[in-house]
Amino acid sequence: MKMEISESVFQAAEAGESPAKVEVKNLAVYYGKFRALKDINLTVHENRITAIIGPSGCGKSTLLRSFNRMNDLTPGCSMVGEVRLDGENVLLSSMDVVSVRRRVGMVFQRPNPFPKSIFDNVAYGPRLYGIHHKSDLEAIVENSLKASALWNEVKDKLNQSGLSISGGQQQRLCIARALAVEPEVILMDEPASALDPISTLKIEELMQELKKDYTIVIVTHNMQQAARVSDYTAMMMIDDARAGHLIEFDHTNTIFTRPKDKRTEDYVTGRFG
Amino acid sequence: MRKTFETEIQQLKDEMLLLGSMVEQQILGSVEALKKRDTDASRRVQETDLQVNARRYAIEEQVMIVIATQQPMAHDLRLLASILEVSGELERMGDYAKGIATVSIRMADQPLLKPLIDIPRMAEKGVDMLHRALTAFTIEDVETARSIPAEDDEVDELYIQIYNELMMFVIQDPKTIERANWLLWVAHNLERLADRVSNICERTVFTATGEMKELEQTKIKR
Repeated sequence: MKMEISESVFQAAEAGESPAKVEVKNLAVYYGKFRALKDINLTVHENRITAIIGPSGCGKSTLLRSFNRMNDLTPGCSMVGEVRLDGENVLLSSMDVVSVRRRVGMVFQRPNPFPKSIFDNVAYGPRLYGIHHKSDLEAIVENSLKASALWNEVKDKLNQSGLSISGGQQQRLCIARALAVEPEVILMDEPASALDPISTLKIEELMQELKKDYTIVIVTHNMQQAARVSDYTAMMMIDDARAGHLIEFDHTNTIFTRPKDKRTEDYVTGRFG
Repeated sequence: MRKTFETEIQQLKDEMLLLGSMVEQQILGSVEALKKRDTDASRRVQETDLQVNARRYAIEEQVMIVIATQQPMAHDLRLLASILEVSGELERMGDYAKGIATVSIRMADQPLLKPLIDIPRMAEKGVDMLHRALTAFTIEDVETARSIPAEDDEVDELYIQIYNELMMFVIQDPKTIERANWLLWVAHNLERLADRVSNICERTVFTATGEMKELEQTKIKR
C-alpha cells in the first residue's frame, strides 16, 4: 500500500513571502515637541494587505500618513527615520512629494468625492499629470471604475455628480480616483467605517481583487475587519509618554490565533482598548 | 460574496476528504496486510498514521484560523465545528488501522487461526459506509446521513459471528486463546470504526439543520 501525500493546501497558502514594498526604519514622528510615534520598524510586503490595528490615539493614522508624506500637510509635524519605497527613502527633502503621492495613493474614512461628475472625479488625477486626450481619459476612467467594481453601477451616469451616488458607491469612486493615477501602494484609512455592512463587504472583496496588482495598507478600528481582509497585521500601542509604537507584527493568522505579546492578546480578545 | 471565506471553507472540505481517503486506505491496507501476513505493509500503515495525525492537526489549526479571522455565524459556524469533530473521528479511525497493523506485526511468527473472510468484509463494509458518510457530509445530504447508521447492524452481525467463531476455537483448544484474542481485537477495532461513521452522519445533520442528536442505529441483541 503506497500513499501519495501531497503538500497541505494550508501550508501553500501561508508560503511564499513576497518582497518588501515599503520598509519603515526607526521612524519617529513629532507634532511640535510631542513625539507621536517612536521606534517604528515595519516591512510592508508587495501585493499583500497589511492592517494596522491598535487602540484610539496610538498613531495608526499618523504612521499611515508618513508613507506618502501626508503628514507634511500638518503644521509642526516632522519625521525622523526612513520610509523606504522600493528602497528609496521618501522622507528625504530631495524627494518629489507629488511623485511619492502618485505612487502611494490614499483613500480616507469618509468618502470625499469632488463636487464634480463621476467622470471628472476619476479623470482628475490623470488630467493633473497631463493626460488630456478624450479617448485616453475615457479608457482610464472605464478601467479604474471597473477595477473598483463600480463600472456596472455607474456606466450610464458618468456625467452625474459624484455626490449623487450612495455612500458605498462614493467610497468605491474614491478608490477609482486613487487607481486612475496608477499607484503602486494604496493607503486606506478606515475605508469602511462610514459604510453599511453590505457596502463594507464590497470594499473588503474589492481589496482582495486589488491586492493582485497593488500593495495595500489599511488602518482600521474594526479588528474583525483586519482579521478578515489582511495578510499581515501590525499591532500598535502608546507608551506612558503617549508615544505610539509597534508592539507586534506578524501574519494575520498568527496575530489572531496565537499572538506573542500579552497586550496583543488582550486587545484582540477585547480585554482592553 | 465573501469569496475568501468560501475558498477557505472549500479548502477545508477538500482537506477533510483527503484525510478521509487516507484513512480509508489505511483501514483496507491494514486488513490486507494482516491477511497476506505482510509485515512490511503493516509497518507502512503504522508510519502513515503519523501523516494522518499531522493532517488532522493542520485541519484543526486552519479551522481555528478561519473562526478567528472570518467570524463565521450560524450554518458556517456549525460547519466549522463539525469539521473539527469529523477530522477528530477520522484520526481515531486511523488509530484503529494502526492497531490492526500492530496486531499483524505481533502475530507475524504465528499462523492465522483461520483464513480471514469476515474481517475483510467488516473492513470493506465499514470503509464503504465511511466513504458515503463523508460524501454526504460535504454535500450536506441529510437523507443519506440519516440512513447510514442503520447499516451498522451489518457490521455488528459480522462482529458477533467472528466473536462466536473465535470462542469456538478457544473452547476446543485453549492454546489458541492468544491468537483468537488478537483477531478479536482486530474485529473490535472495525466494529468501533463503523460506530464512528454514525458520529460523522450526526454532524452532517447538525451542520445542515442545527439538530444535534444521536441517530438511531437498530441495536441487535448480543
